[in-house]
Amino acid sequence: MAILGRVYQDREVIVQQGEPGNCMYVVQEGEVEAVAETDGRELRLRTLGPNDFFGEMALFGTENRSCTIRALGNARVLTIDKKSFLSGIQEDPSLAFRIVKVMSERIRDLTFRLAEHEVR
Amino acid sequence: MTATDALARLGESPSDGRSRSAKALRDGSRVAVIGAGPAGSMFSYFLLNMAQSVGLELDVDLYEPRHFCHRGPAGCNHCGGVVSESLVQRLATEGIALPDDVVQRGLESYTLHMDVGDVEIATPLHESRIAAIYRGNGPRDSEPLETHSFDGYLQHLARERGARPVRRLVTALHHETDSIRVDCADGSSTAYELVAIATGVNSQLIKSLGELGEDHDQPGLTKTFICEFRLGKEVIRETLGPSMHVFLLDIPRLEFAALIPKGDYATLCLLGDDIDDELMDLFFSSPEVARCFPGGTIPRHVCHCYPRINVRTTRPPFGDRVVMVGDSGTTRLYKDGIGAAYRTAKAAARTVVFHGVSADDFREHYWPLCSKIDADNRVGKFVFGVGSLVQRARFARRGVLRMTAGEQKRSGGPRRMSGVLWDLFSGSAPYTDVFLRTLHPGYVGSLVWNLLAANLPVRSEPTIPRGQEVRREH
Repeated sequence: MAILGRVYQDREVIVQQGEPGNCMYVVQEGEVEAVAETDGRELRLRTLGPNDFFGEMALFGTENRSCTIRALGNARVLTIDKKSFLSGIQEDPSLAFRIVKVMSERIRDLTFRLAEHEVR
Repeated sequence: MTATDALARLGESPSDGRSRSAKALRDGSRVAVIGAGPAGSMFSYFLLNMAQSVGLELDVDLYEPRHFCHRGPAGCNHCGGVVSESLVQRLATEGIALPDDVVQRGLESYTLHMDVGDVEIATPLHESRIAAIYRGNGPRDSEPLETHSFDGYLQHLARERGARPVRRLVTALHHETDSIRVDCADGSSTAYELVAIATGVNSQLIKSLGELGEDHDQPGLTKTFICEFRLGKEVIRETLGPSMHVFLLDIPRLEFAALIPKGDYATLCLLGDDIDDELMDLFFSSPEVARCFPGGTIPRHVCHCYPRINVRTTRPPFGDRVVMVGDSGTTRLYKDGIGAAYRTAKAAARTVVFHGVSADDFREHYWPLCSKIDADNRVGKFVFGVGSLVQRARFARRGVLRMTAGEQKRSGGPRRMSGVLWDLFSGSAPYTDVFLRTLHPGYVGSLVWNLLAANLPVRSEPTIPRGQEVRREH
């Protein structure tokens, strides 16, 4: 097949919250959802589409996965190895720029949603 | 430098984060990029991206007389057409996802063919991470494809960022005061404050750099052979699968041979020391090669070329207001040329935007990457030299096969030989990394054991089981 990455079926778990991780993922096609599980309940944090990435925190730390990611419909996803990424930014630090930018947007979004929640 | 000096220098720095240079581009500066292959298009793309990030407005002309939508030589940049695992990942990280209609086939393994047997080396994640692509729009006389050229896609990205395509053939460059004049075959002539040469090494322009009045040592070249076989999608799926087939054969001067499945076609690439008819006859008469084709018969190829590749860096790959990116400057030995084009294009763009366009700027900020690639290529030459010894020694080939097949059969544990071969075939890791891994005591110990076990006169059990990992042993 003329495609890159791996195809996950609808509802298939790509990343499981609490499990160790050593790679990041980039959505190539389709959609995935990020879900936080707490006290047996699920909270959908966001949906991600083509060119969006997830699992990036594993590249910078050693903590376990902070949420579960699963496919919404069939989704094709490419894995980015930690070693490959880190050796890339050694040579070219700007490679991390897009990730830092998106992470800061996500922090801004979460801050806004937390503030909204507190007000309610 | 005292603290006062340091503070004074900080005060001199421009507020946009760019360092001062005697020759820096300003708003409205004109840049000519000659050649819209991967190096030229990616240079234009990153240059305009970075310039925009610091509020610098540049006027970029991207010279390319060819249309990459043409099939056959008219639209082709003569290359095996593989985007390495590491480059696929880096581009994805940059936000550049290769569209499905550009990727002819996603590859997820390498199959190594030797006279002592074959072994398939799969990615640990069983994920397609290598892209087989066409630089143009497919082989000569091919049917209209529902696919697009890789070079055409990158050119499209550069255009989207604001680069202006110029369909003219550049014939000469001349230094003028504070500019470089670009002459074209149609008689037109334009002055630019920076010229990026990304023509590759199969262009006449690279030979005329002496006219710039600067002393450039020409790149070292060697001839390769590339051809296309029309097999059909079904046959390719059954015979080659999503795997690149590489050959380790005892043929003098042959460094590397690969058969790359792509849609209806398979591309064969022979790299070595001046590929000639004698070498090709030996290669095509090898049973290991014939067995990759249906019925063991090698069909006539529909398209072929003998492109030259860069095996020695241009020195220096820059001058005042001139920089050479991709193959025109430097590339990795035999492998990952598109990856090297990406790295040099981005490093050159960074130098131009954040430092300047003088020879000193390029020497300080661009040359270190070229020099690093150059040094790694010297290690690569040694690694390929060791590979040649393995090619010539049957007992060594048996040991390599046994060790690799054993690793592929296991579900866990270190895959030292598989990793070394994978990175050597794919060009995903620097040759220095590959070499250092071969010095690991675990690698050495396992290799010695496998050499002994594979060459003992009596073997109680087949050491390499038949199955998915090992398709044939004889």
